[in-house]
Amino acid sequence: MKTWVLSIAAALAVAGTVIRAIFFTPFEVVQGPAQKIFYLHAPAAWVAFLAFGLVAIASALYLWLRDERLDRFAESSAEVGVVFTTVVLITGPLWGKPIWGTYWTWDARLTLTLFLWFIYVGYIVLRGAIDDHSMRARYSAVLGILGAFLIPFIHLSVYLFRTLHPMPIVLKPSAPSLPGEMLTTLLMSFLSFTLLYAAFLQARYRLAGERDVVEAAADAR
Amino acid sequence: MMRDAWVIAKKDLTIEFRTRSGILSALVFALLGLVIFYYAWDPTAVASIDLAPGVLWVVFTFSGLLGLNRSFAIEQSERAIDGLLASPASRSGIFLGKALANLVFVAVVQIVAIPALVLFYNFPIARIAIPLMGILLLAAIGLCAVGTLFSSMAVNTKLAELLLPMLALPFFVPIVIGAAQSTAKLLSGRPAIEAMPWLKLLLAFDLVFVLGCTLAYPFTIEE
Repeated sequence: MKTWVLSIAAALAVAGTVIRAIFFTPFEVVQGPAQKIFYLHAPAAWVAFLAFGLVAIASALYLWLRDERLDRFAESSAEVGVVFTTVVLITGPLWGKPIWGTYWTWDARLTLTLFLWFIYVGYIVLRGAIDDHSMRARYSAVLGILGAFLIPFIHLSVYLFRTLHPMPIVLKPSAPSLPGEMLTTLLMSFLSFTLLYAAFLQARYRLAGERDVVEAAADAR
Repeated sequence: MMRDAWVIAKKDLTIEFRTRSGILSALVFALLGLVIFYYAWDPTAVASIDLAPGVLWVVFTFSGLLGLNRSFAIEQSERAIDGLLASPASRSGIFLGKALANLVFVAVVQIVAIPALVLFYNFPIARIAIPLMGILLLAAIGLCAVGTLFSSMAVNTKLAELLLPMLALPFFVPIVIGAAQSTAKLLSGRPAIEAMPWLKLLLAFDLVFVLGCTLAYPFTIEE
């Protein structure tokens, strides 16, 4: 019942954001329509980082409290995070072609995102390769935590190569340098994508719980 | 703990020394890698000396993976790992011992691969021998810490040794970038100070992951 409420709210919010981004937000002077992909790209990147951060926190808590719900949460968040990372990796090159003149470049942030994707795809493969519940939970928790430690190292190592990526526009020490209408759309997109993340997470978490119930019943037979 | 580590490492190295199967395949793999990489580029377009740092570190990483795969595979037969865990050795001692044995394994492969690199790629070893040793040691420590932990996990999964590269390679990225960049800086005759940020990165990686993996290992083996 509750799943419906959150899913519908997220779908409406995302639809509203897209409509506003396409029809009611002005074109950027230099980049033209291509810039509008930011309203998908930036919030998807935010959600991916949020999702993987929560994987690490849930993993650490699991190793401490040994509550299966934390493991299911980490599993769900990692999967949703990979979906959003995939969105980032698809929308980025689509924008890069008209603006940078190339789909892909070995820029620091692109490379970091790509490796994030690899780490958490590895996380999902690891989960799939273990049948024992407790072992699967412990192994993936270890990977979930170490993955979070790895991210700053990858970031630093690829950053020491030069970066082409646009610098932060909203979250920076001085005031956001975005016209009001665009800023509103961007903030709306962050909000609606976070809602979408919560809806996906809830659905995926419920699925994990039901699967565990079915598996436990099958084991008992 | 250190004594346990030493005993475990000695055990693994004795097995390796008596069978020599792992080290031989890694050595041949490293030599083949050096040769094949040479033919993967047009030698008239790219000077072999420009290729050398990249080739060195890719071969280093992949031959290291071969040794890491064996590290816990040898404990699988007849459930030898249960005997290890039942012994009075501490869990972190077991981990450090395994990692130490892998470090020696990687070092032996490098002792053969580097002269081959000097020979095949006309690598001016004399100029940068000492800093290169330092980079090798820093890179090998990080590689063995992360690789040993993931090797212990991978052998217990359905995918077994197929899983190790998938888990470990993303973690080797900062090592390979840092080591290859600092080697390239030294080779091109730049002042050593320019390689420092990379060396600091390698050192920080080693500190974080030797500690992190040693702490994480006990969680992967409880029954």
